[in-house]
Amino acid sequence: MDQRERLQEQVREAFQQSRPLQIQGAGTKRFYGRKTADAEPLLLREHQGIVDYEPSELFVTLRAGTSLQTLQEQLAEAGQMLPFEPPFFGAEATIGGTLACGFSGPRRPYAGSARDYVLGVHMLNGLGESLRFGGQVMKNVAGYDVSRLLVGSLGTLGILLEVTLKVLPRPERELTLVHDTDMATAIVRMNQWAGQPLPLSASAWDGAHLYLRLSGTEKAVAAAQSKIGGAVLDENDGILFWKNLREHRHVFFQGSAALWRLAVAPATPPLALPGQTLIEWGGGQRWLRGQRDASALQTLAAEHGGHATLFRGGDHAKEVFQPLPPALFALHQRLKNAFDPHGILNPGRLYAAL
Amino acid sequence: MAGSPDSEHAAFLSALRALLPDDGLLTQSEDLHPYECDGLSVLRELPLAVVLPRHRAEVQAVLKICQQYAVAVVPRGAGTGLSGGARPCAGAIVLSLARLKQIRALDTSNRTARVQPGVRNLAISEAARPMGLYYAPDPSSQIACTIGGNVAENSGGVHCLKYGLTVHNVLALEVLDASGERLEIGSQAPDSPGYDLLALMMGSEGLLGIVTECTLRLLPVPENTLVLLAAFASVVAAADAVSAIIAAGIIPAGLEMMDQLAIEAAEDFVHAGYPRDAAAILLCELDGTEAELQERLRAVEKLLQRQGATSIRIAADAETRLLLWKGRKAAFPAVGRLAPDYYCMDGTIPRKRLAEVLEQIAIWSAEYGLRVANVFHAGDGNLHPLILYDANVEEQLHAAEALGQRILELCVAVGGSITGEHGVGVEKLDSMCAQFTPAELAQLHRIKAAFDPEGRLNPGKAVPSLHRCAELGAMHVHHGQLPFPELERF
Repeated sequence: MDQRERLQEQVREAFQQSRPLQIQGAGTKRFYGRKTADAEPLLLREHQGIVDYEPSELFVTLRAGTSLQTLQEQLAEAGQMLPFEPPFFGAEATIGGTLACGFSGPRRPYAGSARDYVLGVHMLNGLGESLRFGGQVMKNVAGYDVSRLLVGSLGTLGILLEVTLKVLPRPERELTLVHDTDMATAIVRMNQWAGQPLPLSASAWDGAHLYLRLSGTEKAVAAAQSKIGGAVLDENDGILFWKNLREHRHVFFQGSAALWRLAVAPATPPLALPGQTLIEWGGGQRWLRGQRDASALQTLAAEHGGHATLFRGGDHAKEVFQPLPPALFALHQRLKNAFDPHGILNPGRLYAAL
Repeated sequence: MAGSPDSEHAAFLSALRALLPDDGLLTQSEDLHPYECDGLSVLRELPLAVVLPRHRAEVQAVLKICQQYAVAVVPRGAGTGLSGGARPCAGAIVLSLARLKQIRALDTSNRTARVQPGVRNLAISEAARPMGLYYAPDPSSQIACTIGGNVAENSGGVHCLKYGLTVHNVLALEVLDASGERLEIGSQAPDSPGYDLLALMMGSEGLLGIVTECTLRLLPVPENTLVLLAAFASVVAAADAVSAIIAAGIIPAGLEMMDQLAIEAAEDFVHAGYPRDAAAILLCELDGTEAELQERLRAVEKLLQRQGATSIRIAADAETRLLLWKGRKAAFPAVGRLAPDYYCMDGTIPRKRLAEVLEQIAIWSAEYGLRVANVFHAGDGNLHPLILYDANVEEQLHAAEALGQRILELCVAVGGSITGEHGVGVEKLDSMCAQFTPAELAQLHRIKAAFDPEGRLNPGKAVPSLHRCAELGAMHVHHGQLPFPELERF
């Protein structure tokens, strides 16, 4: 169902009247980013459908409102997958919302992030102009890489109408191994093994156990298993473990206490923080719960090459992403203005002044 | 700035002279000539001066002086680019980053390298090798090209199907904007806050900022590697074999195709043992653990046979493997020996359209009376037709350029792009008009202005002016409607 014309019409009008728009897919990720005042919704959900899928060309082109579920089912039929293993955070999740948030899952440190797999976009900017960047080919350096710039921009630069993603074959075999270890050892091991040619595809530490997933051919997985050792998780339990982790259904994520995400250089040793920490992505992503001093967390993360985000819960009226240095933020504002001169696209969702 | 143009010029140069050591500023014509072009040598221009700063503070000071005197800046790495991206502009200085060539840090536990922009691509992998790590993107010019240039072009290489392009392997950049303001973009941690400016910098051809440091992701060196060489009686059969391999769920580390003219040229040049009678060859590299590799090898061999390979050769030892790759990596200079000049194209196409594109190129080749050799990154659809010509024969350069332009337009028409990895530079400005609408080009210009409001970084490159496209008459009309018909175009 092609809704392009309706969407373009609505954005053009909003541009002319400088009227803010709230871009909406299925609404499964409304918790993410800053809470903003209600504005006229721009509904993307009906703009759905897979437009072009060529398994042997390793790409799929689809409308932004297409559900992740539908997409993954189609890919699975051809033995393929989205390599960045995105979380859904709700059964109805759309590909547009996933990319706007820039969400990736457990495979991210080993296979790449959401933006790494974007090849092209068809978008509307804040003037209501219909623009295409990138394409259906893996390599394309004509023009600036606007397609990847839009990933994670929370709809503040443009509206995704259609995207082309690179897809990959599903691994022949997956196996999850478990080691009982403390946090420091878990971080060291994750990074030591990531430095060796092993078919790692996910890693996590839940407070007591280090989980490692191997993906590849039967033989590659077997060889890596004998090298790494550890208890083997039953196949279904393995699948369920990574799915629960990805969807924040793991027990660590339960309850309504604020959820903080620290991104740091992966080999960063355990941080001196009260309360429990859950670690993912080879040490690069660390989750915390409860009320925290945002600026103290941000300073700590920055000391280790990273940043902190108030991911879910807590006060989303304030800034939730790490503040940017003034020169960098000024550049963000000029870029925002270059795409959305009247500031009508999801204003304030990423930063209050953007 | 007050004063006559001459005195201002002199004041500008003396400001630079006061800043830089004697050998850090070139102004004499004989010293400027080595900088008059990059790898695309048909486009030449002498710069006002060449500056060779030694570290970030000097780069920063140079940029501030250029801002003060409103002088444009053309950044340059090793000058191996193939689209004129580093070709000087009249009245501009060339800012060479060649002296910023330190590997600042190798971080084994985080598997990253922090390097200055003038470090050669291959030097990074060589330095990381003792730790069992390497830097994956390997453009054919990797012995000479610098990482700063790789960032500017978003360079690929023969392994990018599996290991990605520069954009997938750079974690952070230190960038100076046109005014010399320092920006830190990206980090060692995943998913930096704010917009993905790192992606925007990749392939931006020096128009958005000057890179003064790069943090790169290093990967573990694969346990084992082997290369298969398969010959085919037609390019169609070879292209079908590529699809069959990928459809079987196998992503080779490298997958390259060469047509007959390219095979012969490479064979004459490096004697790699390529089958001269083949219409096309495929080079397929597999990597992994020993057990995995044997399994994969059997599967690929079977697929190639089923697809009609006329011969298959396997190189398991490093020496033979390197020899087979050498033929491919030397394909450009090899083809260069067949004619006084050659013009290298860089289109991308969906692989399934390869046969019809090559067929059309063959028809045009006959029509223009110019031979074309084809080298193809088959896994990722990046096609390099090499048009042979003789610049001393009247009109042959123009004919080669006209043929090239038609080939690129064909790439766009079949759903591809005018450049996969060589960049737009000056060379493909006109082809950009075929790939983008005026509204799209205007959006690209607004991005440029957000970074560089005075338009002093590498002016006139990468994105054509709307005026140029309009004059070219190549303005695209989509769905019978120009966006914003009320806007003036001429």
